[in-house]
Amino acid sequence: MAHATDTAHDAHDDQPATGIKRWLFATNHKDIGTMYLVFSLIMFFVGGTMAMIIRAELFEPGLQLVDPGFFNEMTTMHALVMIFGAVMPAFVGLANWMIPLQVGAPDMALPRMNNFSFWILPFAFTLLLSTLFVPGGAPAGGWTMYPPLALQFGDSFPMLIFAIHLMGVSSIMGAINVIVTILNMRAPGMSLLKMPLFCWSWLITAYLLIAVMPVLAGAVTMLLTDHFFGTSFFNAAGGGDPLMFEHIFWFFGHPEVYIMILPAFGVISEIIPTFSRKPLFGASSMIYAIASIAFLSFIVWGHHMFADGMPLAAQMFFMMSTMLIAVPTGVKVFNWTATMWRGSLSFEPPMLFALGFLFMFTIGGFSGLMLALVPADFQYNQSYFVVAHFHYVLVPGAVFSIMGAVYYWLPKWTGNMYNMKLAKTHFWLSTIFVNVLFFPQHFLGLAGMPRRIPDYAVQFTDWNMVSSIGAFGFGLSQILFAIAIIQCVRGGQKATAKVWSDATPTGLEWTIPSPAPYHSFTTAPEVH
Amino acid sequence: MNVNRLTAIDDKPARSRGPYFAMIASAVFGVIGAAGSASANTSNGYNLPRGVTVLSRDIYQVHMMVLWVCIAIAVLVFGTMIYALVKFRHSQGAIPDTTMVHSTKVEIIWTIVPVLILIAMAVPAALSILKIEDTRNSDLSIRVTGYQWKWQYQYMDAATGISFFSTLSADSNFARQLHSGVDPKSVPHYLLSVDHPLVIPSGVKVRLLLTSADVIHAWWVPDFGMKRDLIPGFINEMWIKVLPGKEGVYRGQCAALCGRDHGFMPIVVDVKTPADFKKWVEDQKAALKQAQAAPAAQGSPSTAAAAPKQIAARQPGLPLTAKL
Repeated sequence: MAHATDTAHDAHDDQPATGIKRWLFATNHKDIGTMYLVFSLIMFFVGGTMAMIIRAELFEPGLQLVDPGFFNEMTTMHALVMIFGAVMPAFVGLANWMIPLQVGAPDMALPRMNNFSFWILPFAFTLLLSTLFVPGGAPAGGWTMYPPLALQFGDSFPMLIFAIHLMGVSSIMGAINVIVTILNMRAPGMSLLKMPLFCWSWLITAYLLIAVMPVLAGAVTMLLTDHFFGTSFFNAAGGGDPLMFEHIFWFFGHPEVYIMILPAFGVISEIIPTFSRKPLFGASSMIYAIASIAFLSFIVWGHHMFADGMPLAAQMFFMMSTMLIAVPTGVKVFNWTATMWRGSLSFEPPMLFALGFLFMFTIGGFSGLMLALVPADFQYNQSYFVVAHFHYVLVPGAVFSIMGAVYYWLPKWTGNMYNMKLAKTHFWLSTIFVNVLFFPQHFLGLAGMPRRIPDYAVQFTDWNMVSSIGAFGFGLSQILFAIAIIQCVRGGQKATAKVWSDATPTGLEWTIPSPAPYHSFTTAPEVH
Repeated sequence: MNVNRLTAIDDKPARSRGPYFAMIASAVFGVIGAAGSASANTSNGYNLPRGVTVLSRDIYQVHMMVLWVCIAIAVLVFGTMIYALVKFRHSQGAIPDTTMVHSTKVEIIWTIVPVLILIAMAVPAALSILKIEDTRNSDLSIRVTGYQWKWQYQYMDAATGISFFSTLSADSNFARQLHSGVDPKSVPHYLLSVDHPLVIPSGVKVRLLLTSADVIHAWWVPDFGMKRDLIPGFINEMWIKVLPGKEGVYRGQCAALCGRDHGFMPIVVDVKTPADFKKWVEDQKAALKQAQAAPAAQGSPSTAAAAPKQIAARQPGLPLTAKL
């Protein structure tokens, strides 16, 4: 365990450094995990505010609040902030906190790199968010940055690209840390197949990150040279190919989608067995399913581009490969259901969020299957149907799993129980409003409303109003989440080591006291 | 031109507010009922339009097939989940069966069965793609060029020489300005009307050749069942064959984010009977000839609005009249 000595600096003191130094020079996985999670929560509210602006403008036809250019800036920045600032850092934060505790390691394998990978993020997002104040405004061509439109951005263009490079560097370092920790620092006796599903999902996610973040970096670098150095990678007039960007982008982009959902699968696979008081059904097939989904994610990118005009054979291939994803995803949903079957279910907040995930992620899965069928995709593509689809998998999917994870492990982190009633209220309000928000968007898309428009024809008014009301409700409900967390950090009923003593949480994290001591597993536990 | 009939087709049907399943069911039975009234052509506000072309009908069927398959699976899966949530409650004293952790048999079943369902759906979808991509033997080709933020239509074959730009109509453009003070509901076809619609004949295979002069756009008329991107440096193809008897005005929008005014470049297609279309082509050609013979400067914007055909006959490349 040579790595273990890295974590304790000069002396094996159990006390964190005081003041700002504790955070600035943090090498403790718990401190870094906390910073990731706090950062992610702040970005969730920043991105959420942008979403509120979008939905406020779309409340009724006509332009009332913002001009179309600013509206496009909001849609673009909302996506970038939510994907790279809220969802991804939240999962890295959970990985930081929980992977060492779950594999019985004293810390992440590379603590200084861990510090670096976190501290890049505030700079990356300062750079990204400051584009709102530069001449020409923030990027307004969608988070997908398709050229030639992306080449029309103003001063925000190089800032966006460097921000993305920084985020990519941060993600890759985080991923390396996860892989090295999991492969080298498991407690004696913990074979890979005995490892908790959350660690498994993160191990596979980390490989995806390492595989595709450089692809994104390559794509945006080519954009940069097209813009400033006269290259013509994507410029048709210079012999380049605007479609090539889409291919490269989605070769990154589709695995990226799974980067945001595989760790969610891991979280749900932890929570459902605990509150079903029954082991996870088909644990090994769950691992194979995650691995299959990860593999398939590399060969389905073309389904984002059916309407671009594609050779017949490519349309067939991408349609079939995309439909195949339904098989391992179905296995996961069936296994979770089988886990609950003949269990003994109780409905604490983490379980509520896991169940919300189970139902609503499945709805997103259905619309995903519909989108896979090329002929129908010619209608759905670029419409609000797509917006509904990916928000169903990302909000009640990925985001609910993060909230479930926070409610599951927060007592372990803080040593205090949170206000259960508040958390349950948060769940029910979120669940009601998220459906009011996104379900009508299916109808809007089918009825012919394109996405990314600031104003719309009057026949789309009713569903847009419903959707906007849902959005405001969902946004306001999240304040309860922040209150529940802040209250819990400040105090509350003391949590036991097992926290959910009434249920059956399994895993090494429940063998140490709550709150988890600053240094845990300095002596590796034995796993049988 | 039979204005009344056009209006009838064009009017949006009243939005129903029944429960979701009833909506879907009514949409489906609408299909089975076939024929139906002209207003069935446009979307009912919550489902795909059946549309008015050969392809849009195919696409609608693929959509309804997968929708029903998803609803059936959802009923089974959600039903099982809800049953478990009700039946196996800790508070009701349920005893967990901790031995139930694995079953090769059921796991094989719930892997194989979805594969079979997927194959059953992939076959009709694949056949439909073959039809969609077969752009051969068209009767009329029209080149569509996307600009920020307007469309240019250039006719070929029997209508060669006709070429015009199509932009958001002046009243919509005025109303859509920030703080314009105009109620969008008072503007006819707000954001979905143009100065010069694309005119095509019904009953024949019209091939669109799609390209762009600047950024990527997408040409989408939901009633025609398809959208396709317009990409600089590429020429994409799609075909439309409006069913005879379905003449009328159909509307759509640019579907690919193309910059600031992406939301303000609608598409309007006026589908005429072949005879009416032929007459329209002759009128356009006559106007074109007249314009070439007397190359006097075109009038003010108000003249342009009053005499769209003369503007329509404008040669490609001439600057547009300033938007109102």
